[in-house]
This record gives sequence, structure tokens and C-alpha cells, in this order.
Amino acid sequence: MQDLLYFSQQLINGLTIGSTYALIAIGYTMVYGIIGMINFAHGEIYMIGAYTALIAITGLATLGIAWLPLVLIVALICAMIVSSSMGWAVERVAYRPVRGRHRLIPLISAIGMSIFLQNYVHLAQGSRNVGFPALIDGSFRFGSSEGFQLSLSYMQITIFITTLVCMTALSLFISRSRIGRACRAVSQDLGMANLLGIDTNRIISATFVIGAALAAVAGLLLGMYYGSVDPLFGFIAGLKAFTAAVLGGIGSIPGAMLGGLILGVAESMTSGYLSGEYKDVVAFGLLILILLFKPTGLLGKPEVEKI
Amino acid sequence: MTARNFKHALFCAVITMVVAYPILGLNLVARGTRVGLEGADTSTLVAIFVAAMVVFSFQLYRDTIMAALGKIPKLPPLAGREPMPQAKRVKMESWVLTGIIVLALFWPFFVSRGSVDLATLVLIYIMLALGLNVVVGLAGLLDLGYVAFYAVGAYTFALLSQYMGISFWMALPLGALFAALFGLVLGFPVLRLRGDYLAIVTLGFGEIIRILLNNWTAVTGGPNGIGGIPEPTLFGMEFGRRVKEEGNTSFHETFGIAYSGEHKVIFLYLIALVLAVITALVIRRLMRMPVGRAWEALREDEIAARSLGLSRTAVKLSAFTIGAFFAGFAGTVFASKQGFISPESFVFLESAIILAIVVLGGMGSQLGVVLAAIAVTILPELAREFSDYRMLVFGAAMVLMMVWRPQGLMPMRRTHIELKRQE
Amino acid sequence: MLEVQNLSMRFGGLLAVDQVSLDVQEHEIVSVIGPNGAGKTTVFNCLSGFYKPTGGTIVFKGQEVQGKPDYKISRLGMVRTFQHVRLFNQMSVVENLLVAQHRHLNTNLLSGLIKTPNYREREQKSLDRAAYWLDRVGLLDLANRDAGNLAYGQQRRLEIARCMVTEPKLLMLDEPAAGLNPAETKDLNQLIVSLKEDYHVSVLLIEHDMSLVMDISDRITVINQGRPLAKGTPGEIRQNDDVIKAYLGEA
Repeated sequence: MQDLLYFSQQLINGLTIGSTYALIAIGYTMVYGIIGMINFAHGEIYMIGAYTALIAITGLATLGIAWLPLVLIVALICAMIVSSSMGWAVERVAYRPVRGRHRLIPLISAIGMSIFLQNYVHLAQGSRNVGFPALIDGSFRFGSSEGFQLSLSYMQITIFITTLVCMTALSLFISRSRIGRACRAVSQDLGMANLLGIDTNRIISATFVIGAALAAVAGLLLGMYYGSVDPLFGFIAGLKAFTAAVLGGIGSIPGAMLGGLILGVAESMTSGYLSGEYKDVVAFGLLILILLFKPTGLLGKPEVEKI
Repeated sequence: MTARNFKHALFCAVITMVVAYPILGLNLVARGTRVGLEGADTSTLVAIFVAAMVVFSFQLYRDTIMAALGKIPKLPPLAGREPMPQAKRVKMESWVLTGIIVLALFWPFFVSRGSVDLATLVLIYIMLALGLNVVVGLAGLLDLGYVAFYAVGAYTFALLSQYMGISFWMALPLGALFAALFGLVLGFPVLRLRGDYLAIVTLGFGEIIRILLNNWTAVTGGPNGIGGIPEPTLFGMEFGRRVKEEGNTSFHETFGIAYSGEHKVIFLYLIALVLAVITALVIRRLMRMPVGRAWEALREDEIAARSLGLSRTAVKLSAFTIGAFFAGFAGTVFASKQGFISPESFVFLESAIILAIVVLGGMGSQLGVVLAAIAVTILPELAREFSDYRMLVFGAAMVLMMVWRPQGLMPMRRTHIELKRQE
Repeated sequence: MLEVQNLSMRFGGLLAVDQVSLDVQEHEIVSVIGPNGAGKTTVFNCLSGFYKPTGGTIVFKGQEVQGKPDYKISRLGMVRTFQHVRLFNQMSVVENLLVAQHRHLNTNLLSGLIKTPNYREREQKSLDRAAYWLDRVGLLDLANRDAGNLAYGQQRRLEIARCMVTEPKLLMLDEPAAGLNPAETKDLNQLIVSLKEDYHVSVLLIEHDMSLVMDISDRITVINQGRPLAKGTPGEIRQNDDVIKAYLGEA
């Protein structure tokens, strides 16, 4: 019974982290699906989302506003606006001019952008990590009071629900809206979509904005969950989310969700049963194995090499 | 048209404000256990406003500005150049490089110890960058975990000296070979991956190695690192004040001169210099050999190269392994110079710095890489204020290079073999 | 020399090549023709090892090669050109030919680093062979130009020369006359015949230029929509009702 509780605890923790990975992974997978590049700076966009949310929360607290739903919604909106703008600007400045060149050129540009943004925040906000107030406190507890107690915190529930809402909204948006349809057309065949009169530049911008907005949501959630942010906060999370995207099949939105959850659970199981130090090793190891043995991921489509 | 431009310009300016103001203008400060918010000083706010205005006017007059820029005569593009200057270019480059080497040989005797120490670091970066240039510039494989091989070299020396008492000269080839072996083993499965996936996988490998070094406390000392790494000796002469190892003599006593801490630093510098020169020469040679041609061929058109019987894996693996070999070289020298190493020195940022050197400097020549290594290492030391901004500038420079002059990186142009007419 | 039986290639739901059989004997020029999209290039990609065929056997000089890696097949002596010329554009013309001799040159690294006499000799030999073939296809004067700067017809000839320096037994040409003017096509015609006559190379040819095909082929295989349609000498093919229908249907 104890073992089962412990296992369930790891599962819950893993699914919590995993669903936020999924939110970040959407940004990687949509961009890759459309222009075939790895947006290396996406982790930084997410970090900036977390910082903006924290700034908004602190600002509201200074003004004496403490009604929780209002604080959360304002923080969320601020984070989404700033991150989306950042996503849009990054694409305009660093990616659009190099689009269509040799594969490695956009990637190096993206790495440069990632380093730039990290240090931008580092210089502006300092390198120390800053505490994130625990706005959503408390938890449900199960199990006897002597032995191991399974806890499901309200924060975790918030994360699940928010992720679910975002994913549903995204799926509806992609399948129903005009921009969503155009997105799908562009990801099938960019040149053709262009010929058919779709403004592909706008669609690509939209992809970056959507990805950045979801990353901002994840930034707020994970900031609150972990209780602090620092300028390097985005780098590892970004790599993890990229792993999730590859795991699920890059280019596939359900794949990103699935990949995120699997990765989250794998990590928390490693932490729970082995050691927290090795959870990154497991994540990267998983990435390497997937790329080697099933580069199309779990739900991705195979690519045929054109000769 | 103007109305549209105006709308777009306004939009861009607003985005600039949105992107800049919250992060730059509102600073989070710790007040005890709580976090407070402080507005930035007026100059920052003014700067943000000015930036937005610049963006606004640039976007508004974009067409005019771009047209004006287009009128400035451009440097002749690489492809359009006649094949003639090649011989001249090669000759000039050799002269300049030789000049630099001669200068570098005598220079340490006239400057301070700190400068020599810094120069040794520059030489280590030159070795690293030249090695990475083989992988990235010549073979076109983006390796984001290059620092792992550097770490392997350094740790090989540190561990061998700690557990088996091996000296620098023994460890130098061993470190390099061991790093090369690592390159071979890691490279074999991953090199068939497509370019950008390869980049991420190597990044993952780099991180895994660092995490393992950090956590395998029993052997590597974990985050505490390994200290007491011996300095190189000159034919059994040590450079310390007292002889540590039995059977060795000390340098200053042998020559009957007064002990000076500078001898050691200069000696290490000269070793690094010799190794860097060897690295450069070997790579120059490799570039003109069939293997160098194979790298370029595979980078240019993988399918055609395969159709001619070139094994993709073997060719890429050779580049990867050779690159790793030189990183191991550099790692050994680094360990000896510092006398102490820890996983801190081998983070991803270090890989990014080496990559930045290659990107910024690879203007078609080893000379470019050498100059970039010097600039990247020394500038932050010269201007202390600059060192805070160093990585910010690197990041921006990488983006700008890719946008304006990606040739800087991609074709590190090999010297082409020419067919001489036999009359 | 080359025996292909029931070759099939499936991409997902699409059967691009369906049960194609063909053979090439020593000292023979065999053409594969068919309307656009008939699967000719896919057959080539399977033969040269870029695709792993989903069915059938390919026997080259008594050895089954289906599913072998591309570079191994090439080293056995089956070398191809591409429908859209694939040169190493940034490398010089002569270097394109040196790369192709990589396998003959591939000595260990050390002998190259210290330039042993043996190494120099090999390097010189490969330069000589390159010069010979450049002369043969009339590109000797352009040897030190960048390959990317050549005219289209010259690029086509360089690609063939690049195959020839590997000393192949079977040369596979994918639409070598595409984009050539009549005079260049005539030169090509003579070159291919000479490769067979003077250098004892068998040729497998994909081509749309019917006069070229009919002129030089010993035998012809016609495929349509991935399936074999007819086989025979040029005379027989010209008379074949199915072939005429397939081509007229396309027009």
C-alpha cells in the first residue's frame, strides 16, 4: 500500500511537470512543423514569460491588489502579451532573414538569440534566482498519518486544468479557425500555400506568437510550482520540452502532449526511485535513443529523402 | 502605401516597448524574504523610448533606407571571385601566421605574468576553435557538445595523475587519444542523424557527461573537482621552488638562476603555443588531403558523395574524431595550467563560446579563427565593464553573422588543388 | 551482369514500382523508358541503394545487392548520375574528379600528414586520371574553375567523367540529355557509345529523348505507372501497340 502511494505520488508529480513540458513543446513542434527549424530560443521565451508573470504579481501586490483570480488573470495576460511579442520579434529579427538558407544557419542564429535573451534578462534582473510567491497553497492528502502521505496540491490541479483548457482551445483553433486551417496548409506545403494566396509570413508569425503564448502560460504555472525563477530557468526546460516534442513526433500537436507526459513521468520516476541528480540524464538519454531508433517519434509521420 | 508603412512602424515600436519595458524597466528586488519591485532609473527608460523611436523611424523609412544601403558598393561576393587569387591568398595567410608565431615566441619575455597566463588561455581557445572548425566549418556537422571532449582530455590527465602519478607529457597524448576515442564511440551512432538533430544530440551528450562528472563523486570529486594536477616538466626539470617528485631536478637550480614564478608560466605558454601551431599545421595538411576533400564533398552534396562510394559515416566520423582529438589536447593543457578542474569549467556556455569563435572568425581561414579567439578572450579582460556584456554581445553577434555573413562560417574555404598543364 | 527481378517499392499506400524486372549484360546499353512519373528514377534509386526496395532481388555480378548501403553498391562498380545534376559546386572541376577517386586514395592519415612517396605517387596518379578524363570530355581547359560556374552541358559531361574515374562496370545515367541542345546531344550520343566500345562499360539509361534512345540502345525496357509494359530491341518497341498507347495516352 505504501509502495503504491509512493508510486502514485511520483506519477502525479510527473504528470504535472509533463503537462507543462507539453505546453512548451507546442512551440517547438508547431514551428518545426511549418518551417522545419528548431527554435532554440523558445526556452528563453518561456523564461521571460515567467519573469513577466512574477513582475506583474509583484506589481499588483505593491498596489495592494490581492484578490487571487484577478492577480492570476492579470499575470497570465501580461506574461502572454510580453512573451508573444518577444516570439514575434525574435522571428522577425533572427529567423525570417535566414529562412530557407542552409539548415544550420537558422539554428546557429537561434542559439545566438537564446544566449542573447538569457543575458538580456540576466543584466536587467540580476543572475540570482528570485522567489515566486506561492499563491495557490494547500493540498488534498491521502493515506495514514504515520506512513507515507500522498498529496495532490491545488497547484497541481490548477496545472492540469489549465493545460487541458489550453490544449483543447489550441486543437479547436487549429481545426476550426481560418488561421488554423492556413497553418495546416502551410505546414503541408509552404510554397503551394503561398501560391494559393495564403500570406505565409503572417502564418509563420502567428505560429511563433501562439507557441510563445502557451510557453508564457507554462512560465507562470511552473514559476509558481517551483517557487522561483532565474535567467537560466528556460534553458533546461526548453531542452526538455524539445525532447518531449521529438518523443511525440515533432510536428504533431497530440504528439507533443503525449511526449510531455511520458517525459515528465520518466523524470519523476527517476527522481523518486534513483536520484534527482540523474533526471536530466534520463531526459537527454531518452532524447538520444528516440532520435537514433525512431526519429519520427511516436506520432510523427515518416519523411522520405528526396533525391 | 505610406499609411501601411506607418501602421507597421507603429506596431513595431509598440512591440519594442512591450518587449523592453517590463524586463528592463521594472526590476525585481529581494526585500528580506519577500520580493519587491523597483522602477529603473530615468536613463533606462529614456533608452527604451529611444529604441522604440529608432525602430519606428527605421520601419517607416525602411524602403528608403534599404535602397540607400543597396547603393553602397558591396565587397565582391565569394563565388564571383576569380580562382586566381588563391595562391596569393594562401601565401599571404602563411606570412601573417608565421609573423604572429614569431611575435608570440618572444613576446612573453617582455610582459607581465598575468598577460602570459591570459595568452595561454587564448592559445587553448585557439586549439579548441581550430578543432571545432574541422567539425563545423569543414565537415558541416554542428557539434554543440564539443566541450565534452575538452572535459574528457582534462579529466583524463587529472585522474591519471591523481591515481597513477602520470606526468603531463605522458598524459598529453593519452588525453587526446582518449578524447578521440570518446568522439569515435559517441559519434558512431549519432552521425547518421540530420544536421539539426545531430546538434541537439551532441548537446545532450555534453550535458550528460557534465552531469556524470558532477555526480560520480567517488572518482571525480563531484562539484569539488580535482586539484593538485602537476605542471609540465622540461626534461625532468620542475618549475616549482622545490622539487616535488623524486628524481626530478629543479629548473632554476640547474641553470643557476634565481627562482621566479614566471618561468613556469612562460614555459606553459610556450608549450601551448607549440601545440597550437601543431594543431594548425596538422589541420592545414588534412584539409589538402583526400579526407579534407571528402569532408567538403559530403558537406556540399551528401547524396552525390554517397553515390561515388564515400561512406557517410566513415567520413563524418573522421572529422568528429579529429575534432575531439584536438579538444583532448586542449583539455590536458587546460588542466595543467589551472592545476585544478571541476565540472564548472565544462558547461554548455563553453561550447557556445567556442562555437561563437568559429562563427565569428571562420572568415574562410585559420587566421580568422585565431583572431576571433584572441578577440573573444581578451576583450572582456581589457574592458571590465564589457565583461558583463560579453555573452550578450556574443549572442547578438552570432545572430548578425548568420543574417549578414553566414559564409563567415559555412565555407571555411579549403585550398584547392590545381591541375598544372604539362606542356 | 545486372539481374533485377520483381523489384517493388512501396511508399506508404503508394506502389511506385511494381514487379519490375530487367537485366543488363556485359558490353550492352539498355534503356528504361516510360511516361513521366512511371517510376523510372525510383528504380534507379533502388538499384543504387538510396532506397531499400520493399520487394524483389537485385543481383550484380553474382552478388545480391538489394538493401545494401549506397556507397557499397557504388564501390562494387555500379555508379550513377542524377536527373538534376549533382556536382560539388564550390569545388573545382578537377577536385570533383579527385573526390570520386577517394576510395583509391584512401590511405591512412599518417602517410598523408608526412607526405610519404607512396602517398605522393597515388595523388599524382589520380590527378593524371582526372586530367585524362577531363580531356576526354573536353573540359581540360576548365579544370581549375569552380564546378558550379560551368555551363549546363559541361556540368552534365563532368558528372559522367566523375563517374568514369571510379572505373565502374555499369554506368547508370538518369536523363543525361535533359536540357541539352541538339549538338550537345549528338556529342553525348557519341560519348556513351564510346564508353561502351572503348572502355567496356555497360550502360543503363533513363531518357526521354527517343531518337537518342532508339539510336544507341541494344535493348529497351518500358515501364508505365510502376509496372513493366514491354521489353525488346528498339525495333520491337517501336512497333509495340501497348507502348504507343501509353505514350499517346499521356499526350
